[in-house]
Amino acid sequence: MDPIAKSLKKRSLSAKIETRGRLLTQICTLLIVLLVLAIFGFIATKGVAVFIQDHGSLWDFFTKTTWSPDQTDLHQRPLIGALPMIVGSFAVTFLAVLLATPFALAAAIFMSEISPQRGNKILQPVIELLVGIPSVVYGFVGLAVIVPAVQKVAGGSGFGILAGTLVLFVMILPTITSMAVDALKAVPRHYREASLALGATRWQTIYKVVLRAAAPGLMTAIIFGMSRAFGEALAVQMVIGNAILMPSNLASPATTLTSVLTMNMGNTVMGTTANNALWTLALLLLLMSLIFNIVIKYLGKRSALR
Amino acid sequence: MRCFKVLFCGIILMFLTGCMPTKQQTVTAVGSSALQPLVETASEQLMHQDSQAYINVQGGGSGTGLSQVQQQAVQIGNSDVFAEQKKGINSQQLQDHRVCVVAVVPIVNRQVNIRNLTLTQLQAIFMGKITNWQSLGGPNLAITVVNRAQGSGTRTIFEQQVMQGRPTKKASEQDSSGMVRQIVQNTPGAISYVAWPYLTKQTPALKVNGVSLSVDNVAHNRWPIWSYEHMYTAKHPNAATKSLLSFILSEQFQQQEVLKMRYVPIQKMHYQQDYTGKITRIKVNKQNGSHR
Repeated sequence: MDPIAKSLKKRSLSAKIETRGRLLTQICTLLIVLLVLAIFGFIATKGVAVFIQDHGSLWDFFTKTTWSPDQTDLHQRPLIGALPMIVGSFAVTFLAVLLATPFALAAAIFMSEISPQRGNKILQPVIELLVGIPSVVYGFVGLAVIVPAVQKVAGGSGFGILAGTLVLFVMILPTITSMAVDALKAVPRHYREASLALGATRWQTIYKVVLRAAAPGLMTAIIFGMSRAFGEALAVQMVIGNAILMPSNLASPATTLTSVLTMNMGNTVMGTTANNALWTLALLLLLMSLIFNIVIKYLGKRSALR
Repeated sequence: MRCFKVLFCGIILMFLTGCMPTKQQTVTAVGSSALQPLVETASEQLMHQDSQAYINVQGGGSGTGLSQVQQQAVQIGNSDVFAEQKKGINSQQLQDHRVCVVAVVPIVNRQVNIRNLTLTQLQAIFMGKITNWQSLGGPNLAITVVNRAQGSGTRTIFEQQVMQGRPTKKASEQDSSGMVRQIVQNTPGAISYVAWPYLTKQTPALKVNGVSLSVDNVAHNRWPIWSYEHMYTAKHPNAATKSLLSFILSEQFQQQEVLKMRYVPIQKMHYQQDYTGKITRIKVNKQNGSHR
């Protein structure tokens, strides 16, 4: 056969590389998907064991306040009242987001609308630095500075939801800010130009046009901050006091789902009720982060439609 | 493509060398963080003497230690509590080695000028019946109780020896002795307890029933809050594990390192304790003088 026809009929080297490359990426993708599924399956099976094997009651889990999975009540059901930690987790998360959002929005508006040059030069590196600080450092600073300060102002031990909120506030501020900046920057330039051409002032443009147009993106930023705050374990554990009690005020010791998990994992034995109950907390955390992700996806779709 | 092949060969090589038989016997000891420094010291000294031995010491808590040794994932499970006290552990499968005694001591914040409490007063404080230091003759300060995490070794000892089955008040919990110490140091009116090796000058120790903490008082059970440090192994431990255990139990190590790190050598004890917390006097065997 003629060598040209032969080389045309054979698969070329670059075609082979192409196939191999595709195979490799497909395998990697499959692996990641399998990993996620495996984690979900594992935590779900472990997480429901306390209800199925140990006859815990789902109602107790969400409504009772006594957490002592080693002991059982009159009906031989383990005492797995997780309400104090659920309340604690949501309280620190919402308070931190409530506190951080105005600051983050203000910083984001400054960086994208008011003074982009100075914003990019000074604020951007500062925020990137804040994102990079490990959470144990935040916790340590919280323990050394925030807890004594709360103690002076509010009395008591200083450990509690207020201290946890303040630490989380600093931790999620950069997350919300940088995502809010992206959302504001994504607003098309001609929106602003049209608004200014109509005679709107700068503030009117920001308030009536830019913020409205960027609203879904800003919501995404806030929910990202929330999900980070909800899942944070170490820094919160160091300052919240870890008392499995319904918080009576902001300065009384409380606890969160994550800190109960990290505190007790090492002290329980695999397969016992105490251990299974902790897996249930892990499952709850996983479901919450799933919900946060779904909300973010939903908001993303809405903003894409506009 | 070539770099892929090199990488592939590298991985294969790593697997092959990993499977090579070695003469070294590895011992992994996991568990109680209270016992960890002692075992680390022992393993360093032993590895220095005997280059064939390789000992890996990790923390993780008594529960982790017991469950890992039960699953035979590690050779030694360090624990502050008896295996019988831990749910989910079958003590029949394990061999208990009591290596030393640890005393637990109540500590208070400096601003509390009380330095002696009776066992009953301690119970009342941790049950939440007494909430101000004034009612014990101290300053007008609210009592802040700091506990260790549920199921931690130190808390189990404290609850067994002090609370004796009475329910403890729900209070702030911390997952390490270091954190407890720091919080008691910084919080006016705070009270907690730590294992003796973790006691520092920043947090004054209390006398219990007028008895101060000393090796002699623990040995004669005058100091009431103590228990054993256990190293659990499988029924038939390997040679390297045995040599580590006998090194820790050796007279020299017990007299020097154990005392230096403020544990109480097991030979000094005149009393013994079982897993229910019952304490009995040891009848001294005149023939060898020591009892194990």
